[in-house]
Amino acid sequence: MAEIAIKGVAKQFGDFTALHSVDLTIADQEFMVLLGASGCGKTTLLRIIAGLETPSQGEVWIGDRRVDHLPPRERGIAMVFQNYAVFPHLTVFENIAFGLRMAKLPQAEVTRRVTRTAELMHIEQLLKRYSGELSGGQRQRVAVARALAMEPDVILMDEPLSNLDALLRLEMRAELKGVLAESKTTTIYVTHDQVEAMSLADRISVMNGGYIVQADRPTQVYRNPAARFVGSFIGNPPMNFLPAKGAGDGRWHVAGQVFDGPKVAAAEFAIRPEDLHPSEHGLDAEVRVVEPLGPHTLVTAEVAGQPFRAVLESDRAISPGDVIPLAPIPDRIRWFDPDTHKAIQ
Amino acid sequence: MPRALPYLLLLPASLFLLVFFFYPFGLVIVESLTRGGEWTTENFSRMTGHWKFSSAFWNTIWLTAIVVPVQLVMALTMASVVQKLKTGRSGLLYIFAIPLGISDLAAGLIWLAIFEQSGFLNSILHAMGVVDQPRLFLGYQSIWVIFLAVCLAEIWRATAIMMVIIVAGMGLIPKEYNEAAEVFGATRWQRFTKVTLPLLRPSLQTALILRILMAFEVFAVVVALGGTTLPVLMGETFQWQFQLQDRGVAAAYAMVILGLSVAFSLVVLRLLHVPKGARI
Repeated sequence: MAEIAIKGVAKQFGDFTALHSVDLTIADQEFMVLLGASGCGKTTLLRIIAGLETPSQGEVWIGDRRVDHLPPRERGIAMVFQNYAVFPHLTVFENIAFGLRMAKLPQAEVTRRVTRTAELMHIEQLLKRYSGELSGGQRQRVAVARALAMEPDVILMDEPLSNLDALLRLEMRAELKGVLAESKTTTIYVTHDQVEAMSLADRISVMNGGYIVQADRPTQVYRNPAARFVGSFIGNPPMNFLPAKGAGDGRWHVAGQVFDGPKVAAAEFAIRPEDLHPSEHGLDAEVRVVEPLGPHTLVTAEVAGQPFRAVLESDRAISPGDVIPLAPIPDRIRWFDPDTHKAIQ
Repeated sequence: MPRALPYLLLLPASLFLLVFFFYPFGLVIVESLTRGGEWTTENFSRMTGHWKFSSAFWNTIWLTAIVVPVQLVMALTMASVVQKLKTGRSGLLYIFAIPLGISDLAAGLIWLAIFEQSGFLNSILHAMGVVDQPRLFLGYQSIWVIFLAVCLAEIWRATAIMMVIIVAGMGLIPKEYNEAAEVFGATRWQRFTKVTLPLLRPSLQTALILRILMAFEVFAVVVALGGTTLPVLMGETFQWQFQLQDRGVAAAYAMVILGLSVAFSLVVLRLLHVPKGARI
C-alpha cells in the first residue's frame, strides 16, 4: 500500500516562493499527473516527494510513514529523470541493476529482474551496450526499466518524454501507460504537455504559481474547470471567455445575446471552441483567420471585440471577413467569478 | 576551406617542436648511446655501476609512490569540499592554489626555513621547552627526515594542481547522475565511489600523469632541503652533467627518467581507460 499524502507543503528559494502550502492525496496505485507551465512548482513538488529537495514547511507521507526527513533511498521510491540520467560508465545491464546492487540483492535475483524489465521495455538486445551507444528513445527505456526493476511502491517521473521526438513520444506514451498499469505502483508524473496528461492520468493536478488549482479526473478538469486558469490552460485551442452583464434574476447579456446563468452579482461567460455550432441566432463572430485542419476547421474570430475561437465542421465554406452567428451548447456554458477567477456553480 | 589549411596552421607549432624539442631529444638519445664518437652502452653501465644510482632510483620511486597517492586523496577530498560550497568557492580555490605560484626552489627554501637548525620548527620546539637546544633535522645521519621533509614540501607545493584539474572534472559531471544514484539507494560514499570516481576517470588520467611526471623530475626541492644527501635521478643527472662533466652518463640518466615517465603514463592510461561509448 502506498498512498501518498502531502500536507501543507511549502517551499521557498530565498525570496521566491515555489510552492504555497500544497495539500494533495494520491491513492494507492493511482496515476497522478502534475500539469502546469514551467515555473509553476510541479517539478519542485516532485523533488520534495523524492527527497531531492527539503520542504520549507509541511509533511510528506508515503503509506503510513512520514518521509520528509528521510533521505531518498529510504523512501521506497524510484524515479525517471527528464534527461534520463542513465549512467554513462555502466552498461545497460548494470544501469538497470544499479538500485538492486545498492540493495544488495543476490545475483540470481538481480539477473532475473533485469532480464524481466528489459524484456518489458524491449531492450533485452541492448544489455551489453553503454549509454553512449544508445538513441534517446532507448536511453528513455533504460531509465524506465531501471525504475521498474526496483519494484517500488512509488514511481516518480519528471517530464520523461519531453526530450523525445513527436512520433516516439506518442509510442512511448501508450507503452508507459500499459507497463505502469500492470506494475500496480503509485505513479506521479510531471509534465507540461496537456495531451500527455489527459491520456495518461487517473487524476490531473493542474498547478499554477505554486498552487494546485484543481485536482480531478481528466474529463472533469476539461469539462468543469475549477478556475479560469484551468480553462485557459487546458484545451487546444483553450476556452473562450466573454464579459457578461447581469440582466437580473440569473439572466446575463453576453455580446448581444441573453443566457441563463447563476444568480450572482458578477460573472464571466465561458465556452469551449468545440461546443459552438453555426446557427440562425448566436454570438456574432467576425471571422479573422480560417485554418482547415482536416476533420474540422479552426476559426479565429472576434466577438464583441474579444478574441474568440471555434472548432467547426470542415464542410462549411467560411472565409475571413464573414460574420457568422455561433450558438453555444447550453449545458456546456461555464461561468466564472471575474474577481476570484473561480468557477461559479 | 582548402584541405591543406589546417595543416598549414599547425605547421609553425610542429616546426617549433621539431627544432626545439625532437632534435635536441634525438641528440640526447645519441649522446646516451655514444662515447668518444662510438656506439656503446658504456654510459649506462657507468651509471648503474655508480654507488649512488640505486639509491637515486629508489628514492625517486619511493617519493613518487608516497607523494602522489597522498596528493590524490587530498586533492579529491579538497575538490569534493570545494564542489559542495555555495559561496566563497573561488576564494578558497585561490587560496588552495597559492603554492602553485611559487617556484619549486622557493618552495624548497620555505620548508628549509622551517626545518633547518635555526628554523621555525626548532624555535617553536625550543620555546615550548621540548628541546633544550636546536636539533639538526636535515643531517646525513637522518636521511629519512630529509625524505619526510621533501614529501611534505612536495605535497604542499603540488596538490593544488591536481585539485584544480579534479574540480574542473567534477564540474563536468551533470548533477542528475548523483541524484539518480541517491534515489536508487546509494549512500554518500557509494555515490562517490560508484558514480563520481568512474565519471572522473578522464580528469584523473590528466591529473595523475601530470603529477607523476613532475614527481619523477623532482629536483629543486630536494637540493634545497638535502643538497646531495638524498640522491634522486634528476639530481644525479645534474651532477654528472655539471660537476663531473660527463654528458654521456647524464644523458643516460635522462633516458631512465624518460623511460619511467613513459612506462607509468601508459600504466595510468591503461588503468583509467574509459571504453568507447561510456563517456559522458
